This record gives sequence, structure tokens and C-alpha cells, in this order.
Amino acid sequence: MNKNDKLIVSPAPHVHDKTTVKNVMWNVVLALVPALIFATYYWGLRALLLSLTGAVTAVVCEAIIQKLRKVPITVNDGSAFLTGLLLAFNIHAGAPIWLPIIGAVFAITVGKQVFGGLGNNPVNPALLGRAFLMASWPTHMTGGWVAVKGAAMSGINNLSHIATNLEQLSPKAYELVTSATPLNVAKSLRDSSFIAEINAQAGGIDLGGRIFTGLTEMETLKSLFWGNIGGCIGEVSVFALLLGAAYLLYKNIIEWRIPLFFIGTVFVLSFIFGGLPGSGTSVMLPFFHIFSGGLMLGAFFMATDYTTTPLTKQGRIIFGIGCGLLTIVIRLVGGYPEGVSYSILFMNVMTPLIDRLTRPKAFGRVKK
Amino acid sequence: MRLKTFPGGIHPHDEKHYSAAAPITKFPSPQRVIVHLSQHIGAPSNPIVEKGETVLKGQLIAEAAGFVSLKQHAPISGTVTKIGKFLHPTGAMGMGIEISADGKDEMIQLGDEENFLELPVDVLKERVSNAGICGMGGAGFPTFVKLSPPEGTSIDTVILNGVECEPFLTSDYRLMLERSEDIINGLKIIMKIVSAKAGIIGIEANKPDAITLLRKLCAKERGINVVGLKMKYPQGAEKQLIYATTHRKVPAGGLPMAVGVVVQNVGTAVAIYEAARYQKPLIERVISVTGPVVKQPMNLLAPVGTLFSDLVEYSGGLTQPLGKAISGGPMMGFALPSLDAAMIKGSSGLVLIGAKEAKSKAEHTCLRCARCVDICPMNLIPSTIANAVKYNDLDMAVKAGLNDCIKCGSCAYVCPAQIRLVQWIDTGKIRYAEAQRGK
Repeated sequence: MNKNDKLIVSPAPHVHDKTTVKNVMWNVVLALVPALIFATYYWGLRALLLSLTGAVTAVVCEAIIQKLRKVPITVNDGSAFLTGLLLAFNIHAGAPIWLPIIGAVFAITVGKQVFGGLGNNPVNPALLGRAFLMASWPTHMTGGWVAVKGAAMSGINNLSHIATNLEQLSPKAYELVTSATPLNVAKSLRDSSFIAEINAQAGGIDLGGRIFTGLTEMETLKSLFWGNIGGCIGEVSVFALLLGAAYLLYKNIIEWRIPLFFIGTVFVLSFIFGGLPGSGTSVMLPFFHIFSGGLMLGAFFMATDYTTTPLTKQGRIIFGIGCGLLTIVIRLVGGYPEGVSYSILFMNVMTPLIDRLTRPKAFGRVKK
Repeated sequence: MRLKTFPGGIHPHDEKHYSAAAPITKFPSPQRVIVHLSQHIGAPSNPIVEKGETVLKGQLIAEAAGFVSLKQHAPISGTVTKIGKFLHPTGAMGMGIEISADGKDEMIQLGDEENFLELPVDVLKERVSNAGICGMGGAGFPTFVKLSPPEGTSIDTVILNGVECEPFLTSDYRLMLERSEDIINGLKIIMKIVSAKAGIIGIEANKPDAITLLRKLCAKERGINVVGLKMKYPQGAEKQLIYATTHRKVPAGGLPMAVGVVVQNVGTAVAIYEAARYQKPLIERVISVTGPVVKQPMNLLAPVGTLFSDLVEYSGGLTQPLGKAISGGPMMGFALPSLDAAMIKGSSGLVLIGAKEAKSKAEHTCLRCARCVDICPMNLIPSTIANAVKYNDLDMAVKAGLNDCIKCGSCAYVCPAQIRLVQWIDTGKIRYAEAQRGK
């Protein structure tokens, strides 16, 4: 050995797992690609354009802010791209192009950089961006949705199951099952005066009950599973999202506790409380609830965000259950048809408290 | 085979293939050795020789400086050429005695007590103490102290640690294959000294031949069991090994004897056997010289005090420029500033890594991904401790487990943000100790 060779002196350990922040983030992006492909297939290049606009805006915005803050520009770590992509995934394909741009800028600035950037934000930036858009442009966020070619937005494709010639029988019921998302239909049917109205229109047939049955039958669940229904860009295809989730679980990038307890809580509670008021329950109900809305996207890709969720295993179970509980409360009782994003935001805020309450006892320490 | 283990832990590549097949080779007597006075936990030994004095191999050259201290012996015969500061294998400078060889390798008179197990406990203990034996797995606690539990403590189980969970190292593995009977004899001596009924040899599943061999040899021994353990780091950490083999939890801040257990490394067992039977002092040990850039990875039986540079030269030198020289294993070992350090009684390995692999990445901010929480074998929150230390919040650091950390390095191994968690925690431990002293 040459005496002049400098040896590296650094603290142990001297070997390291290959996982880095960068490959975690880009792997999550990769896991979202199937959902993006399905969205593009369903809604055309418009969905792809909106998604990439969100992602690129987020990256550019983060780079500019980091430049202004005079800190190293770290946009190649993928986290801003991921935030922008997730934000766009929460917007529907008929939205104007400026919507994801404004949302991404808000998510990166107010949601992330004001707190010091990656690792310091208290709530999920993408969801904060979505909440901001919902509050500021509710009509753009909830109106002007585009149906998947050749399919009903509600997922009920065979209207003759409900009534022959539904369009003439009850225009209001027809409007509902053809132009609203599955969860919107479910929400409307929880309103007894609405049911009374369409039933009266149809001359006393239990149209409400029939639509609800149509919503939870196998045919509809299949649509929900593949995603040819109405919804936001990234949330519709359960299949595509599960594919990505399986990859992340296999790669040990996300941990199973939060998604399992989140989805599990929604499953159990919707089985117990999900039926129409006054009618019984069915095994199809919980499947309807876990397959619809943003649950799969939320549970696997947003409620598993590292920074905004509890550190402890016990805490993650509480977090998952809390998200599930709030989701069901909003879906069944609250004012919105869907509650996944607000419940995650709420539980994000609870995270420091959960961490404090679930601090583990060290190996060999006795519980006081 | 049903394997036992502990909760938490990680799965680094074991990298044993470099040197696992290399039989123990005797290193020829070196020209020069440095016997460090701090080879162990406790007070540094007091030298009893002076510069210029000639010593025999095995001759006592430093006395124990108190109860928790150690005797040191000359590993070769020759002349004391310097008593002063030398590079210690922990990377710091430490006092040591330098001996230059006379080439005669003349040894003190040893005995041979064939019925060593019949010797009274006092004599056995004295022989262990006189031989200057300390734990050879790395921590280096004086063995004599471990074998002298305070009045009223009863020990029922002796566990021999043959786990060797650090990647790369194979010295214990080779010992288990080549000195298996001596290991069992050592175990019996320890069991006799602490009057334990049960003996356990814990071995990780990546050494199936060692498990099979020792099981065969122990089949006729009463009370001795060989336990196969899952391959998982830090399986060989004392508390984790005790839990895996006996399901007992050593209380926080307590010693294994609190749960009736004494743990010794398999190498230490061999040294105890040699001390009890031959009154041979601990002056040589097996060390793995291994890693991707060493030409001929080896397991060398070398005199304590041999310079690392001599070991590397004997192993054929380097195939690529050296980036890092690790004394010990890569998980808990020390990166040395040069190869001029000399091995001590606890040196189980010298791992040599190339310049490219040795480079470490920059620290990123914590993402709160909780990987460190999920794998911490002590059930702590490493990221919170590190962060608390960073912002000087020692109360928070203690609440998150500062004082329970065993510094195994698993957290830093998995951290995707490359945060030097162990270093932060270690800093915290030092600051905490200072704060306690100040009170």
C-alpha cells in the first residue's frame, strides 16, 4: 500500500442498505404508472396532459423556491414530481389545465417549502393542494366531469336492470345514474326526500332501492375494479392501484399497517352502516365502499406518506383506523360524497399526538 | 430445523464467502508487536516491565489495575523497545508496550492438567484471571469479572455466543469447526465456575456445518444444547441472544446475570480451556483478514499485538487501492486512519474495502419513514433520538431511548436518508454522561 493513500475514516456501520430517498420517491412514481396508463386509456391524452402538467409544475416551482431560499436544489429526488402527480390524480379529466398548475404551486409552496421542504411538512402537500382547489374552485373541481367512453359514470351500465326506459320514467334518476360518480349516487340515495321524489316520479316503484342494488351488484363492482366509471384521474382503477401497491409492498417502500387498517375499517363499518336507511346490509356493500372513490389511491399512496404519518407501529394502526372511521362518517353522514382526502388530512394533523401517545417501551423496560 | 430469534433486526449480505472456507492458518511470529494497555472495558493495565528489558513469550508484562481490569502478557519473546502511545484499533491513540522479536520465540513453562474439570472453582477462576482473558467477541469485558457474580446472584445458564452476525467475519466459525471440543470443554469449565446446570451454544443458520458438528459432539453431554438461530443482525448482541435462546429479557440497564445468564464468546471459551488446562495466557487469537480487496482472505491465528499491516502483507496484499480498513466487522467496527494499528484480544476481524465501495453518501433530512423504528432490536425510535441530540434536547432523547441503545447500527444501515444515527446517538450518550456528572 502506498503510504500516501488516504483511508476513509467514518463512523460505523460501514455497509448500507441500497435504498435511498431518491429511489423511494421514484419507485412510488413508478407504482403510479399503471393508474396513469388506465386513466389515459379511459380519457385520452387529456388525462396524461393534466397529470404531467401537475408534476412538472411542482418540480419547476420547487426548484425556483429552493433557488430563492439559497438551498441546494433537490428536485431530482422525485418528491416534488410525486406531489404534483398525486395532486393531478385528485382532479377529474375534464378540469381546465390551470387547475393542476395552481394546485401544484400551492401544494409545493404552502404545503411543503414554507415548512422547510421534504421531511418537515405537517400534512400531505398534495392533499392540501386538493383541499385548496376544492375550497377555491368547487365548481371546477366537482362539475364538468367526463364520462369514460361507452360507460356510465356511476358504473351501472345496464339500466334495464333498474327499470325499462328509465329516462322517461324518472328523468331525475336517469340523470343521477348517468352523470354522477358511484359515491355521488350512493350519497344522493341517503337522502330520503330524494328517494321519495324519484319513486313518485316513477309511479310508486322503489326506484331508489333498485338503483342502490344496481350500485352494489357484481357488474358494477367489476366496473369499479377496472375503473371505467366517473372519478378523478388517478383514483378510478382499483386494479391499477393494487398493482402499484403490491409493487411498493414487495419493495418494502410502504408498510402494510396503514392501508390494511384504513381499508379494513371502511370495509367493516360500511358492512354495518352502509345500507340504505331502513334496509338491511349485504356482503356487496363493503366491496362497493372499498372499491369506490379515492380509497385505494388514498390508503396506499397518500396515507402512507412517510413524513405525515406516525413513526410507531401502534401509531400507524391508530392512524389507519382513524382514517377509515372518518372516511365512513363523511361518506355516510357528512356533506360530501367522498371523505378520503379530508380524513387523511385530519389524521396528518393528529400524527404528533399519536406518536407521543404510542412511544414504545424499550426492550427490557417494564411498563410503568 | 426450527430457528429461534429476537424481534426487529436487519438482513445485510453476510459476505462470509471471502474467508469462510479458509482454515485457520498460524501466522509466523512477527518482528514487532504492540501490546495495548487498554484491550478491555475497565482500567488500563499497569506495565511492570521497562524499556530495554527482555521478555519471554507468555511472560506477564502488565498487571491488572483494579478489579475491573486485565493482565497483559508478552505475545512473543524479545526486547521491550518502547512504552508509549500507539494507534489503537478503535482509531484513537492509546498506551502500549512495544516488543521487538529476538527470533527465538522462547516461551514460559506451561503446565498440563488433564483433569482440569476436577480443579476447584477458586483455582479455575484464578487461572482465568492470570491468563488475562477478556471477552473476545469485541466488547472486551474482563472474563474473570463476568465469572464472579456478586453474592446472592444465581446463574443457571451459560450461553456461548457462536452467532458471528457481523458480515464478513469468520473467525468464530472456523473455531467452531476446528476447535469444537475445546469450545465444549471451555463451556463446561464456565458452567462449573458459575455452577450453572444448563449450557447453550447459539449459532446462526448460515453456519449449518458448525451446528451439525457441535450438535453431534454435544449429544452425549448432559445439559448442553446447540441452538440454531435465524440469520438476522444483531443476533449476536448479548440481550438479543439471551432472548432468542431462553426467552428471558435482560432488564434495561441490567446485566445478563440479572436473569441468571452468563454469555461468553466461543473464542473466549477456547481461551478459558487453554488457561484452565495449560495455564496458557491469552497471547494469540484467530482474526479474519477479509474483504473484497484483500488478495487471499484468511483466518489467521496471530499473536495479540501483531500489526494490521503485517496481517495484510501475509494475506498477499491488496488487489485494489484500499478505501477503508475496518477493525472488527462492518456494522460496529472502527474505520482506521492507517494499517499501523495492532490487533488486540478482541480483534475478530480486519475488513478491507476498496476506495469506491467505501464512499458514503451525504446526509439527507429525515423523511420520518420509520424504517429505523421498525427494525430497532431495542424497540426505540432512533430518528427521534438523533434529532433530539441534534437540537440538544437531552430529555427528549432519553424518552426516545438514548440510554437503551446498544449501538448495533441497524438503524443507520436501513436509513434511506443516510443519517449517521449511531454517531448522533453516541454524541447524545456522551453529552448525557457529561450532564450527569455536572449535576
